Amino acid sequence: MTAAPQSTPVAKSGEATASPFVPALRNAVAAALVAFGLSFPIISYHAESNINNELVLIGRWPLSFGIAAIVFLFVLFRQVSPPDWRVWFDRVGAVAAGGMGGALAESAAEGEGVAPPSPARARFSQWFGPFALGVVILFPFIMLGLLGPSGSLKWINNYGVQIMIYVMLGWGLNIVVGLAGLLDLGYVAFYAVGAYSYALLSTTFGLSFWICLPLAGVLAAMWGVILGFPVLRLRGDYLAIVTLAFGEIIRLVLVNWVDFTNGGAGISGIPHVTFFGIPFNDDDNGFAAIFHLPYTPIYRTMFLFYLILALALLTNFVTLRLRRLPIGRAWEALREDEIACRSLGINTTNTKLTAFALGAMFGGFAGSFFSVRQGFVSPESFTFMESATILAIVVLGGMGSQLGVAIAAAVMIGAPELMRELDWMKQIFGADFDPTQYRMLLFGAAMVVMMIWKPRGLVSTRSPSIFLKESKAVSGDLVKEGHG
Amino acid sequence: MDNFLQQLINGVTLGSIYGLIAIGYTMVYGIIGMVNFAHGDLFMLSAFIALIVFMILTQILHLGSLPIAFVIVLVAGMALTGLWNWAIERLAYRPLRGSFRLAPLISAIGMSIFLSNFVQVVQGPRNKPAPQLPNHVFNLTGGAYDVTLSIRQVLIVVLTAVLLGAFWYLVQYTSLGRAQRACEQDRKMAALLGIDVDMTISITFIIGAALAAVAGVMFVIYYGVVNFADGFVPGVKAFTAAVLGGIGSLPGAVLGGLLIGLIEVFWSSYFTTDYKDVAAFMILAITLIFMPSGILGRPEVEKV
Repeated sequence: MTAAPQSTPVAKSGEATASPFVPALRNAVAAALVAFGLSFPIISYHAESNINNELVLIGRWPLSFGIAAIVFLFVLFRQVSPPDWRVWFDRVGAVAAGGMGGALAESAAEGEGVAPPSPARARFSQWFGPFALGVVILFPFIMLGLLGPSGSLKWINNYGVQIMIYVMLGWGLNIVVGLAGLLDLGYVAFYAVGAYSYALLSTTFGLSFWICLPLAGVLAAMWGVILGFPVLRLRGDYLAIVTLAFGEIIRLVLVNWVDFTNGGAGISGIPHVTFFGIPFNDDDNGFAAIFHLPYTPIYRTMFLFYLILALALLTNFVTLRLRRLPIGRAWEALREDEIACRSLGINTTNTKLTAFALGAMFGGFAGSFFSVRQGFVSPESFTFMESATILAIVVLGGMGSQLGVAIAAAVMIGAPELMRELDWMKQIFGADFDPTQYRMLLFGAAMVVMMIWKPRGLVSTRSPSIFLKESKAVSGDLVKEGHG
Repeated sequence: MDNFLQQLINGVTLGSIYGLIAIGYTMVYGIIGMVNFAHGDLFMLSAFIALIVFMILTQILHLGSLPIAFVIVLVAGMALTGLWNWAIERLAYRPLRGSFRLAPLISAIGMSIFLSNFVQVVQGPRNKPAPQLPNHVFNLTGGAYDVTLSIRQVLIVVLTAVLLGAFWYLVQYTSLGRAQRACEQDRKMAALLGIDVDMTISITFIIGAALAAVAGVMFVIYYGVVNFADGFVPGVKAFTAAVLGGIGSLPGAVLGGLLIGLIEVFWSSYFTTDYKDVAAFMILAITLIFMPSGILGRPEVEKV
């Protein structure tokens, strides 16, 4: 888990047969010492409260020595192995050390040098999107066929619906960050506005989901404009911190304004989704009875899945269409060069505000879907971590790439969910071993590794919005990131 | 008036802690233009390191003298936290140097998640109460309302002032400081002139971490309890302070830290504690609307 020192020129050139072991040994000892230093107080001793609420130390020196020994052996073998093997050492190291393989820089270089896509690859990327969409549309039925109504419920809900929510949020934020190049660290605020809009409107006035959905979008867009307007003069990281601050302000208001939002306790008893007025329950006028089906909760989950799928596809469709309209082109031009935009007469204020408002509107839709799905909202769900996760999805997907964002959402949300399924590891490491506690640890480490592995995102090519004769995919490196 | 004085004392103490963390943000931003989101969690980690080192000294080595223990904890905490930040920079940020701006940001957010969960896994999720330390409280006025100044508060403010003085000297008058400022202005040119850029950046991270470690030690002394999740809020506040003061400006970071500390304390005292963070963030937003590059920051000049 420490820095693998760069191999010395002697070892790298491979021509000096004298003694590659001495520098390798030196590096390995240095790395082991660093690993030991890092683990010294925090791993070697466990501070635990005793019955009198006093801290006592419990020594865990073997663990510390073990980590140092592993690092020592790893670095030593990496350095004395032939150059071809080193790449594999680095990859294994990245995985084994909880993903903290800094040596991945070498393999990252491969990803960065984007060659013009080969015809086969172009064909693949051309067909991959529709194919993936087909799989996603059939996903509930595939699961139902494989696992039956009760077994598939978890998969459709925890994986399908959950991932689709983040796909939609990622696509929404992609308008702001990927297209307009405005770094927004408080996107979750609009998600919260949407969620609370539906929760409050439905519980207070009894409005149905289908009325609240557009209202939530409008309210969120309005907040996007309200929050966006004062900060338009700010650029880069100043914009980032103010959006972060607004996200936190909205959450803190939701926590503290108890009369309006019921505070940290949240709002429960939010009406569940209905099939255009027909409830999904086992009543005589419920969905199952009307369609002469046996009652199971799976119908509601499947309906929710298709609902969020439709909303996400709407986001995607609107984004793709807008990219061809003057406003979409203005966004991208703004991202590439704001000064050039201004000199060409583009109204940067309106352009930025529309990006904020549209991104916020889709966040609001996703929020109201979230509250109709959960039936309960509380400020806990709208922390900065959510914003960070959504931003990570957008950046990891490759900013501006719709397909990349969808893949990144599936990876970032699906993988931590899969970590919950690791109960079999208890049989190896004993009953005390709880794999779920390593879930977020690995999530954080994976974020670092994936960024180092592919700094420009998983999809490294972009299709230009506008072209002269034929559309050619361009490297993501050519696309600017904007300065807010 | 008495209340005002009391809140002033409390605010300056809190502001010192924020200021020390904010320097780490602002230095890293100045030199590589990156928001180091993991800095708040590094601060939390340093508080844990300080707590454990202190317990090793008192419980295992049975060191009797508190001042000596305090100095050892401070030095060990600074060294070990510096080592951590060095390793973090080496593994998570250096491979991304020169890559596009958002890549190191996401890497830093990942590191922040990693660090807080790492501490949760190795030290457990519950609050860690620090051992009781003797504290002397001075009573400044004899009236109906006591204005108190505890020796801890004096220690925190004096230590912050001394460290800032030393640090200011380091940046302004030593060759290391010159190398740092040169890298800030133009990294490529500095490298051409024989400055070891990698080394300078590493040292910057180590210094930032050492100051965060001092803040961590003070946090444990002042609040007497630490938890794995305690990094995020002070981290965001310190980042806010750095931006408020003008990110990249060292005096600005301290000024911003003091301002955020004072706003928070005065708001809690005169209005309500519920909205103290909202107040701090609102003042940040309002300040930035009128001064888009912070209080002491230089406006960004864009060449076409």
